[in-house]
Amino acid sequence: MGNQKRLDPVALRADFPILAREVNGRPLAYLDNAASSQRPRAVIDAVDEFYRAHYANIHRGVHTLSEEATAAYEEARDKVAAFIHAPDRRGVIFTRNATEAINLVAYTWGRANVGAGDRVIVTEMEHHSNLVPWQVLTRETGAELASVAVTDEGRLDLASLDRLLDGPVKLVAFTHVSNVLGTLNPAQEIVGRAHAAGARVLVDAAQSVPHLPVDVAALDCDFLVFSGHKMCGPTGSGVLYGRLGLLEEMPPFLTGGGMIRRVSRTDATWDAPPSRFEAGTPAIAEAVGLGAAVDYLSGVGMAAVWAHEQELAAYALERLAGVQGVRVIGPPADERSGVVAFTVTVPRSIESIHPHDLAQVLDMGGVAIRAGHHCAQPLHERFGLGPTARASFYLYNTREEVDRLVAGVRTAQGLFSA
Amino acid sequence: MNKLYREHILDHYRHPRNQGTLDDADFSSELDNPVCGDVVRLDVRVEGGRVSEARFSGHGCVVSIASASMLTEKIMGKTVEELKGLQDEDVFEMLGVTLGPVRAKCALLSLRVLQEGLDHLDET
Repeated sequence: MGNQKRLDPVALRADFPILAREVNGRPLAYLDNAASSQRPRAVIDAVDEFYRAHYANIHRGVHTLSEEATAAYEEARDKVAAFIHAPDRRGVIFTRNATEAINLVAYTWGRANVGAGDRVIVTEMEHHSNLVPWQVLTRETGAELASVAVTDEGRLDLASLDRLLDGPVKLVAFTHVSNVLGTLNPAQEIVGRAHAAGARVLVDAAQSVPHLPVDVAALDCDFLVFSGHKMCGPTGSGVLYGRLGLLEEMPPFLTGGGMIRRVSRTDATWDAPPSRFEAGTPAIAEAVGLGAAVDYLSGVGMAAVWAHEQELAAYALERLAGVQGVRVIGPPADERSGVVAFTVTVPRSIESIHPHDLAQVLDMGGVAIRAGHHCAQPLHERFGLGPTARASFYLYNTREEVDRLVAGVRTAQGLFSA
Repeated sequence: MNKLYREHILDHYRHPRNQGTLDDADFSSELDNPVCGDVVRLDVRVEGGRVSEARFSGHGCVVSIASASMLTEKIMGKTVEELKGLQDEDVFEMLGVTLGPVRAKCALLSLRVLQEGLDHLDET
């Protein structure tokens, strides 16, 4: 991942209309990108233009609008396939979000391939969306659910992975980048070890595809999922990438229109992927918007986005280290994305400031962060933590916004000290 | 500074009233807010049909702790019927602030605990 091209966040900010607004009388500093990103004008306009000029239902109409809409929808699929280097466009399935994509795999591939006595491996740093579907699957099938341990530094313990792989493992499902620790996991290494043990692999790329170059062919994963709304795209747009051979063997998830080949009164046969997994009228305009988001991010360059976020994370870690009472969790800057979760105590006291209160004080200054468990309660338990505060950066964030975050933390310490 | 962290709210947070537990409570209840991990427990003693003692314990943000502290003062001397009549608006009025939907849950946690305790009281 070279740093051949640097991005200029101040110039990019002009592309995002919402960043011009004020919150509580201060310019908005939006640092909640791991939850959802903002959208550039190019994406908003693409959706707007599609509804104004090209909208109709897809795939069946023979009229002009339906043909235009179908072409736009399928073009978005091509763009996404190219963006993640999918070897075959038919391996790109549009879903509502990463959560739905994981559930699709759990309910179709999972129920066809995981049985009593089998093992499914996740990790201690999973978002609930890559944990609960596997809890439900293993409970229903009598399989075993095991978790790869996380070290005190916030890395995956690969020795614990190796121990768990020694057994009847059917699937390893892990996050590429942690939404709390920011850890960039060695995905290629994990996929290799899982495959050597005969397991299939699902990569939760919700926090990686929006932030760094991802190549599914190089990763050699079987499934990979992400959400459009975290990468400048519309809500309701998400992607399941699957190895085509696997998808072709999988039963459908939802059934109905748009996914069948032939229907009789009593029976039906399924269409081939991807349409087998896109029952009903899909989120057409959202897919078109996601295609525009992919164009926008490609124009900026994903290597440049990643370099910028790592730089901001390093700066934030350095600045927060200078504030007494702040504890950041997760690995050093060179191993993490632009996600920084932390706790704050009042100086010269063990009294902690509740993240809700911290987030509220920051919001008074126009700074938006997340407070809570970030849908990763087991990980917080692993570190003996209650809720945490989380700042998460994207391509349009600046060092000045990091300064405002740090200033807000000091304000809260002053306000809540006895 | 924003109205939410007014001095009387911060005062209840820094110096909570009626903090602790009661061994001889007539009803007790505890709830958590899974979104943020806040926990509030209430122990209430009733004598002659009226609240004679109330204690709260737990941990949480400024809003949930201040609200629990104020609620223990507010319910003192009230009859069980009066406790059952307490509404969400009473809590907002007690705090004297308007809250968004997320922080409203923090503010209302202690009232929910009280309401659950009252439900159990009816069952026994």
